[in-house]
Amino acid sequence: MSEKHTHDVVIVGSGLAGLRAAVETAGRLDVALISKVFPTRSHSGAAQGGIAAALGNEEPDSWEWHMFDTVKGGDYLTDQDAAEVLTRDAVRAVYELEHMGVPFNRNPNGTIAQRAFGGHTRNFGEAPVKRACYAADRTGRVILDTLYGQCVQRGIHVYPELSVVDLLVRDGVVCGVVALDWATGALHVFHAKAVMLATGGFGKVFKTTSNCFANTGDGAALVFRHGFPLQDMEFVQFHPTGIYGLGVLISEAARGEGGILRNRLGERFMERYAPTIKDLAARDVVSRAIMSEIRAGRGIDGRDFVYLDLTHLGKERLAERLSDISSFVRIYLGIDPAEAPIPVQPTCHYMMGGIPTDVDGRALDVQGRPIAGLYAAGECACVSVHGANRLGCNSLLDLVVFGRRAGRHMAAQVPSMDLTPLPSQAEAPVRERMEKIKERTTGVRPAVLRERMQQEMMERCGVYRTREGLDKALETVRGLQEECRRNVFLDYRGERYNTDLMEALELESLLTLAEVILVSAASRRESRGAHSREDYPDRDDQNFLHHSLVYRDGDKIGVAAKPVSITRFEPKPRVY
Amino acid sequence: MVLTFEIFRFDPEHDAEPRYQTYRVSADPTERILDCLNRIKWEQDGSLSFRMSCGHGVCGSDAVRINGRCALACQKLVKDVAENQPVRVEPLPSFRVLKDLVVDLEPFFEKVHWVKPYLLGSPEVPEKERLQDPEERKKLDHVIRCILCACCVASCPVAAENERFLGPAPLVWAFRYIFDTRDKERKNRLRAVDTPDGAWGCRNHFECTRVCPKEIPVTKSINIIKREIEKVLR
Ligand SMILES: Cc1cc2nc3c(=O)[nH]c(=O)nc-3n(C[C@H](O)[C@H](O)[C@H](O)COP(=O)(O)OP(=O)(O)OC[C@H]3O[C@@H](n4cnc5c(N)ncnc54)[C@H](O)[C@@H]3O)c2cc1C
Ligand code: SF4
Ligand code: SF4
Ligand code: FES
Repeated sequence: MSEKHTHDVVIVGSGLAGLRAAVETAGRLDVALISKVFPTRSHSGAAQGGIAAALGNEEPDSWEWHMFDTVKGGDYLTDQDAAEVLTRDAVRAVYELEHMGVPFNRNPNGTIAQRAFGGHTRNFGEAPVKRACYAADRTGRVILDTLYGQCVQRGIHVYPELSVVDLLVRDGVVCGVVALDWATGALHVFHAKAVMLATGGFGKVFKTTSNCFANTGDGAALVFRHGFPLQDMEFVQFHPTGIYGLGVLISEAARGEGGILRNRLGERFMERYAPTIKDLAARDVVSRAIMSEIRAGRGIDGRDFVYLDLTHLGKERLAERLSDISSFVRIYLGIDPAEAPIPVQPTCHYMMGGIPTDVDGRALDVQGRPIAGLYAAGECACVSVHGANRLGCNSLLDLVVFGRRAGRHMAAQVPSMDLTPLPSQAEAPVRERMEKIKERTTGVRPAVLRERMQQEMMERCGVYRTREGLDKALETVRGLQEECRRNVFLDYRGERYNTDLMEALELESLLTLAEVILVSAASRRESRGAHSREDYPDRDDQNFLHHSLVYRDGDKIGVAAKPVSITRFEPKPRVY
Repeated sequence: MVLTFEIFRFDPEHDAEPRYQTYRVSADPTERILDCLNRIKWEQDGSLSFRMSCGHGVCGSDAVRINGRCALACQKLVKDVAENQPVRVEPLPSFRVLKDLVVDLEPFFEKVHWVKPYLLGSPEVPEKERLQDPEERKKLDHVIRCILCACCVASCPVAAENERFLGPAPLVWAFRYIFDTRDKERKNRLRAVDTPDGAWGCRNHFECTRVCPKEIPVTKSINIIKREIEKVLR
């Protein structure tokens, strides 16, 4: 049996994107906010470094410089019309967060404090600029808490610990979702005029990642399974400084505050790769530099990591501005960053790709037409403001700018929309999927398949890629998909908090997305931003200055190109 | 090394009473207890339920009791407990068990909501940011670290006896807004916690401070609220 609910709008995901949209619709629409984890547990809370906006509180700055950096950072695959919306709205968005109560760090004159971050420059690339607004190294956490508080104040209806496991689509119109309630094991059918997906990233496709366990990309996977496209999925950001072995992030703020990367010879090697802004080059550039150092045998002790040196920053600065990071290093490595350098290596961090949307959060089909009833925002979406490589601090900005715009668009449009009747037996396909898994008493555990996928993706679809490696990985992933369909079994068939079942369902999402990433990566025979093909080491604007769309076409997978919006900045070679 | 765990198991729908189940796990000294729990779930017994998400002490999901002390499973390492085997892992005390290590946190969140965890500012706001003195803002440095893990409430002897006691984390959230110079409801916020079950319920046991994984000076913050009440309301 299933419970049924009807709301104007269902928002799936309660990170900053989902919460910001909910706040915008409050009082105007009847909104349900569904989240796999309790809202304050969402991964937005892990964001450390800051949110970008050209407030100019520390030194002169302008939204045009910010826009240029965003476009250049994205290796010219950024849609410039969208980047303009993002960077023009940034200043207002940060003031608005301040008005809502976000406890930003302050300057002596009382204004919001700002610091340097990778790829953010003054005067179109001249030198680093202080553009990141922050609250110590807990920026995401405090914004999440603030927006959650706003939702509490507005009485938003939250359904915590429910996972959306299917999208309900009738005649091409999205009209609801099916969700599984972890506390009871019951299925819930949500009927709505519009569904907004804000399910975040999917770093868990890879072995080493800064992402949380909940980041399995269910929203993006559902969209794909229903035949809608995903865009630019080959662009996976590897953040240069994950704690060695663990993947836990050391924010770029550490370098923004003056931290330096060093190889086994003690060299500040970024001087060679990015002479102008050195350690503060864009992430893809720094991650490749680290991998090159490691490949040349200049990793620490010849191993697969380098050092991030913060020892010269002094205890006080570390305590005041990088205290969480310092405590991670102390807890997990037993190192005091004021005394010793931190072993780091690139870690899978952010998905530039996702559900294609317009600047109002409307999800788009292969032809670029809005899909009736479907919205998306946040990391699961692709507007695309991040192009081939996202700049630090631009994601939190993206979440609040486009979360709000999606909310605003829904508030304006949904009242005049009708409820599309649900497909008959809405939850039947999910029930069948679950029954099949639960029926089996032997086979392979989900964790085994997941680990094999993560290992394979890390090895063959990481910072560097080749045709051969991608083909091999695709074969592996398809084999794992088959095994997942036929062979996955559970130890536990009960109803309550069946996390065993949860992981089996999440594995389906992960394997779906792994395949899409690989197909997309194989089709882009050039190197651009975070997508680095050793067999095609150069950017090829002639043939590949376009977005990739990957979609399901019956049993096959289709790939299509979509034009990039270029308004102000013509593509140029990208040097830092 | 190989560790022996004794883990609290209970499915209120099927079990008459809880039991402890023994597992043996091999792990490196620098691995997290959360890694061990996952290894048990992934390799030995998928029926074990617990919450987790971020894996590095920022989301507050995996608060449990490890060898008698409330902590985040992702922040305790194998080497911290290796001396004390078998390692007992239990759900947070004082909360209703939903299954195994998963407890019902609804009463906890209700109390957090009760303190109005949102800024009640003046309706007219400037075009730009409101100015705030960095020294004033600094007063919030500690409390904004709270991740709502509930370790403190689960360890508080007063909360264990009196379910009406607001409890340490909600008081931390009261502090967060009482001492935010931008908030306009300071007096009312102080009045709200000026009760025997509010700030005055705390009897300075310091248990909350000892267990807080974010090293928030919880007891001290409660005492600062008490002092502020005396200063402003008396
Ligand atoms: C360690 C770290 C540090 C970062 N630091 C910064 C930074 O300093 N600045 C910056 O700009 N960006 C930063 N980022 C990136 C940024 O934090 C993320 O891109 C962003 O938080 C994603 O937000 P979101 O709202 O899209 O999703 P999330 O915050 O990830 O939330 C996803 C939501 O979807 C829900 N969900 C998922 N699947 C389902 C399902 N099937 N059913 C129901 N609900 C579901 C989850 O419960 C969750 O509520 C950082 C990222 C990481 C990992
Ligand atoms: S100090 Fe107060 S709140 Fe903390 S544990 Fe003791 S009685 Fe409870
Ligand atoms: S005060 Fe500390 S122990 Fe209590 S909920 Fe917050 S972080 Fe957890
Ligand atoms: S898993 Fe997030 S705090 Fe431990």
